[in-house]
Amino acid sequence: MTDKGRMNTSEARLKDLLTRGLDGEATAYQAFLTEMSTHLRAYFRKRLARLPDEVEDLVQEALLAIHNKRHTYDADQPLTAWVHAIAKYKLVDLLRRRAGRELLTDPMDDEADFFSTADSEAAEARRDLGKLLDQLPDRQRLPIVHTKLEGLSVTEAAQLTGMSESAIKVGVHRGMKALAALIRGAS
Amino acid sequence: MKTDDLVRLLATGEGSVQRHAAARRYAAATVVGVVAAGLLMLGVLGVRPDLAEAVRLPMFWAKIGYVAAMAGASLLAVLRLSRPGARLDRVLPALAVPVLAMWALAAVALAGAEPDERMGLFLGATWAECPFLIALLSVPMFIATFWAMRGLAPTRLPLAGTAAGLLSGAVGGLVYCLHCPNMEAPFIGTWYLIGMLIPAATGALLGRRVLRW
Repeated sequence: MTDKGRMNTSEARLKDLLTRGLDGEATAYQAFLTEMSTHLRAYFRKRLARLPDEVEDLVQEALLAIHNKRHTYDADQPLTAWVHAIAKYKLVDLLRRRAGRELLTDPMDDEADFFSTADSEAAEARRDLGKLLDQLPDRQRLPIVHTKLEGLSVTEAAQLTGMSESAIKVGVHRGMKALAALIRGAS
Repeated sequence: MKTDDLVRLLATGEGSVQRHAAARRYAAATVVGVVAAGLLMLGVLGVRPDLAEAVRLPMFWAKIGYVAAMAGASLLAVLRLSRPGARLDRVLPALAVPVLAMWALAAVALAGAEPDERMGLFLGATWAECPFLIALLSVPMFIATFWAMRGLAPTRLPLAGTAAGLLSGAVGGLVYCLHCPNMEAPFIGTWYLIGMLIPAATGALLGRRVLRW
């Protein structure tokens, strides 16, 4: 199969997984994010050859960004363009924080090959998201811990914490955004 | 935390996502921005006393059409710039058409006027205050638009801030049309445009700081 053909099937398959994920299908969404992490890793590793330690942290930051901004994906739009724009934004943001685009080892603008490269060898992330999670206030941390780490339903988490079901949902949503903000502030 | 654990964390316990987030946020922002600018205009400036006669004149509607077209084009820009990877094609022509059309009307008006009347067509009665009043009326929409955009995902921050500012300037200008007595195309093509560009420039400067995510 040509590179282009392979990319088109990746595009279609990933788009299908994301669309089902947006409809609430957790297994499809997890498969989407898992595959996305390999493309993000390849993309960042190639461009951050001088900052190899940053790669896995940036993969995680970009995954969190994709998750928090998934409501901006429009099914009429190529998924490649959407994901690439987020990955590039997070890469530029990192380089801006580190003050220096000269650290870049490969051009950022080739969105077409985004899905043709993948890297499944995850290094250890240096930043511990678990520790950042501990910094969140209880009204955000507890909903995330119960519904996402322990796998309770919203109703069960509400009963356990004495919070209302909508407070649980809001807490998860705000907590994930707060986690992204902590990452931005911490590095 | 390993990346696989993060993926599991992200995917677990999420319901379905509401669609058309951008449309809903900007609809809410526009309602707030227009109503607040309207109240501000009524409270501080007041409606022009001859509004009933003015609405019969074609130039009144040309002015409204010009500002409304700017609002529509900048809304298109704002929607595109709120979404990662969206293309900007047709945004620039959409913005250029109303400006060029008003400048064409202005050229006709200036060419048809006596030389000593031209300065009057250009400066109108209120040129010095018009841009600042448009900028003032754009403030509520400016805040509302930036709120809406912060909940989405702009990746070109200075450009997104410019578009957000231009949209709020056009909304401010639209409300200002109900107060402003000036109807001459050279005036509108200059001072209304400057009025809309003040919040656009402010948005360009604030974009990177305010819109970062």
